[in-house]
Amino acid sequence: MSFIDLSKNEVQCKVVYYGPGRGGKTTNLLYLHQAMTDSVRGKMVTIDTKGDRTLFFDFLPLALGKIQGLSIKIQLYTVPGQVMYNATRKLVLKGVDGIVFVADSLKVQKEKNIESLANLRQNLAEDNLDMKDIPLVLQFNKRDLGGSNIPILTVEEMQEDLNSELQVPWFSGSALKGDGVFETLREISKRTVKYVSRKLLSR
Amino acid sequence: MDLVLSKEAIDNIINVLDEDLLRAGADCVLLVDRSGNLIVNRGDPANLDVVALAALSAANFGATAEIAKLIGEDDFALLFHKGKNENIHFTKVGKGFILITLFGKEVSLGLIRLNTAKVTETLIPILGGEQ
Ligand SMILES: Nc1nc2c(ncn2[C@@H]2O[C@H](COP(=O)(O)OP(=O)(O)O)[C@@H](O)[C@H]2O)c(=O)[nH]1
Ligand SMILES: [Mg+2]
Repeated sequence: MSFIDLSKNEVQCKVVYYGPGRGGKTTNLLYLHQAMTDSVRGKMVTIDTKGDRTLFFDFLPLALGKIQGLSIKIQLYTVPGQVMYNATRKLVLKGVDGIVFVADSLKVQKEKNIESLANLRQNLAEDNLDMKDIPLVLQFNKRDLGGSNIPILTVEEMQEDLNSELQVPWFSGSALKGDGVFETLREISKRTVKYVSRKLLSR
Repeated sequence: MDLVLSKEAIDNIINVLDEDLLRAGADCVLLVDRSGNLIVNRGDPANLDVVALAALSAANFGATAEIAKLIGEDDFALLFHKGKNENIHFTKVGKGFILITLFGKEVSLGLIRLNTAKVTETLIPILGGEQ
């Protein structure tokens, strides 16, 4: 749920990076954190990573400047991807305003991507949210592995698996190298702010 | 269920927090929503990362609500963590908000409890009722 403070002309919204475990959600936030200046980013908080797995969530607050006189603050969260942590995912999704789905390009993760997207749809539905209504952007991560000896999915295959019905914006990326990370953030921020202000105007 | 607060509403909240909690000796008071947004913070949060505190408190409250469900409760109305020098007290405000009070060992927990209960009553209508 977004919060608009008219005394400061400021809007706060929550964007969640969702996706299968080890797909690169935390790496997206780490990249953003190290690439941004102190005036934009707040402190990154990572809770209980045990053997580099996110157990609760990562959190990175950003101040993205002004749109039409309104200061935009976006809080980025990641969820733990492992199937068993669904209660935690639901908790982090609470009050979400925009979602980045980070899909893993590794061929062996094909089913995991599909399952995770279905799990997202289900968790949103339990909160009376339709995945089609909420701003959503896909990131096909780990494209840097193309050409290596690790089998990866083609972009077309990933589109077919994940986006044929949704038809949302998507980006190829490598969170490790930073490719597509800012593009993804820019798109989801734009959509989220639009979504929040549209809801605001219709009140 | 997005929240929009006017300058007047924010000023009202600030007044209540200042009058009933800061004057009673609290070091710092935050009002946050349960998705982790920081609504208002008052007091002297020197070296305190209030944005992170808001996000972590919302998550902590959410996790505790799950514990509550496991033992057949709906939710816990308040949480209290005691430190060597600084204590932190969380109170549920309606369904959607949390009031966080930081106070030192010279301030009595009883007084903080009493005043947060009063503040909660005042805040609920400003924040749009019980929902
Ligand atoms: N080659 C490659 N590895 C990546 C990329 N993004 C993440 N990784 C690696 O994948 C593993 C899991 O990443 P992490 O961000 O922890 O995944 P999360 O579980 O979604 O948070 C780590 O070892 C990362 O270094 C990428 O774009 N390319
Ligand atoms: Mg992670």
